[in-house]
Amino acid sequence: MSHHIVEVKHLQHIYADGTVALQDVNFTIHHGESVAIIGANGAGKSTLLLHLNGYLTPTAGEIRIGDFPLTKKTLPEIRRTVGMVFQDADDQLFMPTVFDDVAFGPFNLGLPVDEVKQRVKDVLEQVGAAHLQEKPPYHLSGGEKKRVAIATVLSMSPDILVMDEPTSGLDPYARRQLLGLLRDFRHTRIFTSHDLDMVLELCERTIVLHRGTVKADGPTLEIFGDEALLAECRLEKPLSMQGCPVCGRGK
Amino acid sequence: MRSIDGAVLDLKRLDLLATGDSAIHRLDARAKVLTTLVFIVTVVSFNRYEFTALFPFFIYPVVIASLGNLPAGYIVRKISMVVPFAFVVGMLNPLFDRELFFHLGPFAVTGGWISCASIIIRTVLTVGAAFILVAVTGFLSVCQALERLGTPRTFTVQLLFLYRYIFVLTEEGARASRARELRSCGRKGLGLASFGSLIGHLLIRTWLRAERIHMAMLARGFTGEFHSRQVSGFGWGELFYLVGWSTLFVTLRMENAAQWLGRLVMGLLS
Repeated sequence: MSHHIVEVKHLQHIYADGTVALQDVNFTIHHGESVAIIGANGAGKSTLLLHLNGYLTPTAGEIRIGDFPLTKKTLPEIRRTVGMVFQDADDQLFMPTVFDDVAFGPFNLGLPVDEVKQRVKDVLEQVGAAHLQEKPPYHLSGGEKKRVAIATVLSMSPDILVMDEPTSGLDPYARRQLLGLLRDFRHTRIFTSHDLDMVLELCERTIVLHRGTVKADGPTLEIFGDEALLAECRLEKPLSMQGCPVCGRGK
Repeated sequence: MRSIDGAVLDLKRLDLLATGDSAIHRLDARAKVLTTLVFIVTVVSFNRYEFTALFPFFIYPVVIASLGNLPAGYIVRKISMVVPFAFVVGMLNPLFDRELFFHLGPFAVTGGWISCASIIIRTVLTVGAAFILVAVTGFLSVCQALERLGTPRTFTVQLLFLYRYIFVLTEEGARASRARELRSCGRKGLGLASFGSLIGHLLIRTWLRAERIHMAMLARGFTGEFHSRQVSGFGWGELFYLVGWSTLFVTLRMENAAQWLGRLVMGLLS
């Protein structure tokens, strides 16, 4: 299933003001993997995500999604393959109703109306938001918005799901609901997050970015066990690995 | 700031009304757009002193709003927002045009007052018709109809983006304004000086946000075309709607129905 591979080779990105955001970034993500990209603020996570969907053009290096290199010509196919869920759901939801928002992508794929309606129904049921279909997105709660934002991407049947900070701004219950939803997906999943407990639950592999370079890439448990690495990259162990804050047990 | 937030929600409500399912909603958007166009052209084609002949034209917005189950209070409130602008346009007419038309009791009504009132009524009619068109069709479908009627796609997409930008701008404006208000402790804050940088920030923030929204659109395969779930064609119903209303508008343009009705009532009474 080589068509689901994400391959990043010697990726470099320098912004117009001279800021080096990414420097010689290399990794390969295989079909069905769930990978977290973590790092401190300004480590280059968002810049990297924007490259995976072709919003930014690399200063140097190459990105391949499946069998295609990411070029202007392959962009439409790659954008269908890679479903991107933005950090702020308000940026993702811009149509008058939830239905229109979820249908936006399938319509752009040129699907007939009946097929679009069926897809919208199916994905809204999948994310548990079928009852919100005719509601305007701005009347939804944070958790509902996030689930609908995911539905807008799922409706395009992507092979790879890329999510920027999926749990940010969610209350514990909505976060738990979202984790359950994301765990059930069989897509190749790439997350960026500061919620390291979420990373621990959902991702078997973690890539640590530090000042635009890949500092570590390996099994999540191993990465979180390396305290020196975490400290160097301005990170901390997930709370669930830190032991009891009252009695200190488990430390 | 509640007033800005409220205005945004109010505008979004217009879009939501368009998701209704009345006979008017189901008509092909092209028929509604063309009918509104004929309505607006006939209303503005009257001479500037025409006043009474305009009143029968209210039948169109009233009938469409009621068949489309639009909330009357909301529509009236929306339309009343533009009346002050119309008044500003016409308020100098009474000063410059002092030709006496008739006496209303002790008051001498000049041509200036008549033309000022005519401007206001025409504004209410045309803006009302445009509001109602969006409320029973949706801005997206209006733009699609314009495109199918031959308007260049570049123009219709620009129009749609402009419409969306209103929301982005007002939402960001509301946040900035709220932040300023909360820190100015009920006073004027730093006055005008603070508004300069506030507006500058607003421009940059809306720019960035618009860019993020555009990214989200591109991510979902946007290629410059908007689609709608409503499938409709221009059938007999649409033709009757267009021809029927257009005939009525042209008749009302040629004949002063208000005067005719007045004469009829007076004739019956005498």
